Amino acid sequence: MSQLVYLVPMFPLIGFLINGLGRNVLPKPLVGIIGSAALLASFVVSLLIFNEVRTPGFSAVTVNLFDFIHVGKLNVPFAFQVDQLSVLFLLIITGVGFLIHVYSTSYMHDESPSSYARYFAYLNLFVFSMLLLVLGSNYVIMFIGWEGVGLCSYLLIGFWFKNADYNYAARKAFVMNRIGDLAFLIGIFWIFAQFGSVNYADVFSQARPGASAHVLTGITLLLFIGATGKSAQIPLYTWLPDAMAGPTPVSALIHAATMVTAGIYMIARSNVLYSLAPATQGVIAVIGLCTAILAASIAIQQNDIKKVLAYSTVSQLGYMFLGLGVGAYTGAVFHVMTHAFFKALLFLGAGSVIHAMGGEQDIRKMGGLRKFMPVTSITFLIGCLAIAGIFPFAGFFSKDEILSRAYAHNPVLYVIGILGALMTAFYMFRLYSLTFAGKFRGTHDQEHHLHESPAAITIPLIVLAVLSVVGGWVGIPEFMAPNAHVLSKFLEPVFANSHVAAPPGEIAASTEWALTIGSLVLIIGFCTWGYMKFKNFTLAEVKESTGLAKILENKWYVDELYDAIIVKPINWIAGFLNNVVEKLGIDGLVNGVGKLVQYGSRQIRLLQSGQVGIYVLLMVIGIVVLFVLQLFFPNLI
Amino acid sequence: MLALLLILIPVATGLATFFLKQGNAAKLFSLLSSLATLGISIGAAICTDKSAKSFQAPFLTNLGSSFSLSLDGMGTILVLLTGISLVLVFISTYKNTYKDPSRYYALMLLSQAGLMGVFLATDGLLFYFFWELALIPVYFLCSGWGGERRIAVTFKFFIYTFIGSLLMLVGLIYLYVLNPGQSFSLTSLYAMKLSPDQQSVLFWLFFVAFAIKMPIWPLHTWQPDTYEQSPTSVTMILSGVMVKMGLLGVIRWVLPIFPYAVHEYGHVVIGLSVVGMIYASLVAMKQDDLKRMIAYSSIAHIGLMCAAVFSVSELGLQGVLVQLFNHGVNIIGLWIVVDAIEQKLGTRKMSELGGLAITAPSLAILLVIMSLANVALPLTNAFIGEFLMFNGLYQFSAWYMAVAGLSIILGAVYTLRMVQKVIYGDTNSLTKTMTDLSLNQKLILAGITVLIILYGVNPQPLFKMTMDTVHTVAQHI
Amino acid sequence: MPINYYIFLAVILFCIGVVGVLTRRNAIIIFMCIELMLNAVNLLLVAFSKAHHAVAAINAGPAGTTAGTDGQMFVFFIMVVAAAEVSVGLAIIVMMYRNTHSVDVNFLNRLKH
Repeated sequence: MSQLVYLVPMFPLIGFLINGLGRNVLPKPLVGIIGSAALLASFVVSLLIFNEVRTPGFSAVTVNLFDFIHVGKLNVPFAFQVDQLSVLFLLIITGVGFLIHVYSTSYMHDESPSSYARYFAYLNLFVFSMLLLVLGSNYVIMFIGWEGVGLCSYLLIGFWFKNADYNYAARKAFVMNRIGDLAFLIGIFWIFAQFGSVNYADVFSQARPGASAHVLTGITLLLFIGATGKSAQIPLYTWLPDAMAGPTPVSALIHAATMVTAGIYMIARSNVLYSLAPATQGVIAVIGLCTAILAASIAIQQNDIKKVLAYSTVSQLGYMFLGLGVGAYTGAVFHVMTHAFFKALLFLGAGSVIHAMGGEQDIRKMGGLRKFMPVTSITFLIGCLAIAGIFPFAGFFSKDEILSRAYAHNPVLYVIGILGALMTAFYMFRLYSLTFAGKFRGTHDQEHHLHESPAAITIPLIVLAVLSVVGGWVGIPEFMAPNAHVLSKFLEPVFANSHVAAPPGEIAASTEWALTIGSLVLIIGFCTWGYMKFKNFTLAEVKESTGLAKILENKWYVDELYDAIIVKPINWIAGFLNNVVEKLGIDGLVNGVGKLVQYGSRQIRLLQSGQVGIYVLLMVIGIVVLFVLQLFFPNLI
Repeated sequence: MLALLLILIPVATGLATFFLKQGNAAKLFSLLSSLATLGISIGAAICTDKSAKSFQAPFLTNLGSSFSLSLDGMGTILVLLTGISLVLVFISTYKNTYKDPSRYYALMLLSQAGLMGVFLATDGLLFYFFWELALIPVYFLCSGWGGERRIAVTFKFFIYTFIGSLLMLVGLIYLYVLNPGQSFSLTSLYAMKLSPDQQSVLFWLFFVAFAIKMPIWPLHTWQPDTYEQSPTSVTMILSGVMVKMGLLGVIRWVLPIFPYAVHEYGHVVIGLSVVGMIYASLVAMKQDDLKRMIAYSSIAHIGLMCAAVFSVSELGLQGVLVQLFNHGVNIIGLWIVVDAIEQKLGTRKMSELGGLAITAPSLAILLVIMSLANVALPLTNAFIGEFLMFNGLYQFSAWYMAVAGLSIILGAVYTLRMVQKVIYGDTNSLTKTMTDLSLNQKLILAGITVLIILYGVNPQPLFKMTMDTVHTVAQHI
Repeated sequence: MPINYYIFLAVILFCIGVVGVLTRRNAIIIFMCIELMLNAVNLLLVAFSKAHHAVAAINAGPAGTTAGTDGQMFVFFIMVVAAAEVSVGLAIIVMMYRNTHSVDVNFLNRLKH
């Protein structure tokens, strides 16, 4: 079955082609069916492959399709690698992707047929690229998918292209991603220069401890910079909140569940290199943690329902990077999985709310939606519980695993991590409380239209809610139940080498219990605080925020900072080059040479007066000069 | 014989077209001629018989020059590009009307003949002869059918390129004098042993000529003006094919003959190219005229190609050879879209456009595809070339590559800015009147899209075609 | 007699000629000055030829009685050309006088316009 892995990306590609080429002729229902069916087919194939990979003793399979680039020593086959890690991502992408496609059939129903088809075509193209990214058996194929998802993200953020702001957001996303991509590309070249190959198998088998540590540090740092672009980490995270300009299902699929986790996938895939470069790991842990805290702090003061979720995504991605930094590769991948469930759920729930509210996204103008939309409300609550990390929801297990490994690495990381988790609990329940609890604060018109969403929307919500509850049970920590961590056993072959190179630290079970229960109590406390504080919120309470709140509301002024130190100077330089250097300098020089010749000939022309006497005089002077030269400087000529 | 036909057909039909009275007859006749040439060039590309691909006849024998043509890998791919380009140009502009059509089409065909000659010639003097033959029709085309400032711009273009040509001629004569065999033939030049000093002088004489043609910063200012003022079909030939003359010149006439100088001055040239890439990308960000923006973007791309040539690595060279073709095809695609916009709306100013995605969806989609190829997105053909070229440059020096790599980011900035301003946003009173592409344009752009994807997914045939040139250069360097 | 004398005389004559041409406006005087320069050259040619002949004749032996006399040949050429020139030039001057009643060369400037 694993030999047929090429079918997995092929179905979305076919879906893309049919919907893309037939956008003007296909009826809307058919478009939706084709788009979703492509994903369903991929999901089924992925399940079959998973079934094969699951068997003990399975070793990674490489499926060679054709020679992509084969020049001299550089051999890049178009090949897919099937192993535990890629299969897990296949399941997440196609599974969650399918649900979101189904959801979209209803959510995007107001679009015109051709733009409806365009939407599904883009979405399928995205899934295709994402699948290439995780399936590739070398860094170049990964890079293809990497840029491909960036493109789809660009197209989908700017889907409603009439709006100039959306277009700017799309462009910003693409350009910031490209900054990371450049680093990734340099990393690939370095890998090729160092190992003579870009295939995972060759690279990882040649990476040995001790050998050229600084090279490995350089390579891994470059790859990590690539990951910060795609996975929205400091300093390249500011595009993600803006990316919320896209349709909500897109935010769920691309900007929460799948594309932004590409960076985690890349580092988890290269875990062998990273565990040999502890310096890089330190950087990753610190950056991840800083991002987690920074984004969480911003989320506390945001009032746009999607912006809150966007910052929470950035924050959760930070946790994943923290996990990668402290060597908890399984934990990071585990969190990718659970995060895909609950964050997709939250975004889809938010979409359902926005749908019901007729496009309103400001949570201060919502409230009391619980009684109008019970399914959305309950599933959203489950999502909040899961992301806050409450036992026994999915987020608890994955976050606990990352944090306990962080504790083993360095307790300071743990303490800061818990701080972020508390903020998460607070802002998520603030969000829930403002949206669903209390009284409705919108207009009368809106209240009249409030309704529960149709089945195509609620069914994906329910499925994801179930997954957000049970999804974590595949990774029950050792101290709670021995040998219950199914996921860790499943992924062991992928991370085995790293665990040998850098064995994970051990903590006593009693400490773990204490930490877990202690943090859980704190988190529940913060959840309650967040919920109670905003339960009876009224619009009258809205006032100009000051001090720290104002800074948070303005996102620490990072966008303004980038604008001032990067965008504006580059624009100024470009303008300077265009107006001064190009027009006056270089072109001026070129035209100046021409003008000089013209001027010179105009002057010399005056000598040609037609007066024979002057000619003769000049001739005589010339002869005299020659004589003088000949007489007094005989060696000159 | 194939080689000779490639030149003879355009020359003969070009001269004949001068005497055609009817404009439409000239149009059709030249289209047929370009199709025939394309047929022959495809034949040459698949033909494996070496003798059919070369031709030899006496020509100025007393000067040691002979009329010798030969097709190697680089020649093949460029001949193919020339063949395709003219067909693309003629079909996509089939509905345009030009004044004095028979002269117009005749000059286009003559220019094609010159290009073919440049790509085929293996004799220095013959190369120079065709070099001029390719350029002279362009002077007339630009000055006769161009925009408002055409005379001044053509004059600048003329002076610029002529200075380059003269330097090359001086270099050729000097080379001839130094050659003990008193010959201009490529093989005898390859066999020469030149002292470092001679190489240095000759290198700069030749390189400046080629650098003006490519163009390399800071010798580039003729280019945006000329692209802007020429009729778009001429711009397509200029940017798609003619700039490749400079690169071919460097690869065939500089690298193998002056290996010492290439090593000695490689840093300087790559430095200039890299500076030029960043410079042109930055300037492109500030352009309002579509043609000027694409012109600067082309300068950036050519800069990368030049830098990769001088990195003298196998990957870099192979990347350049593939990119010669891909860049030509892609940029012609962009020009076709620009031409469609200009013909229908009468403006090329981005600030006056917007919302074309609403009124002209096919144009929008195809423009996006061309733009993506312009930013070298993976699975477009340009990615293959750029990936290899950057890789080659990286092997030369990681720092140069890192700086040059900034153009990847800047390229995305200016290209997406263009896309955003032209097709996104809401329509204004002008763009409301826009109609979608005509069928011939759609067909041509669809064909280009197929090429973009085909060679983006499976570039191996292009590698196979051009591999021998890489080996030739590697032997001499 | 040392050749230096001839040379000095010729140079003086030549310089007088040059200065005359440059400074005078009367066409006939300019004409005469030109003749003066030509004759200065003639003088030199003859002088050099004579000096040269003395050496060349010794080297060439009995067969070389005319050796080294090429310079004198040139003198004849020059005299012929000068004669032709005088006839044409004077004719021009006469025509000029008839038209302008002046032999001032500056009148000829008008031809420029």
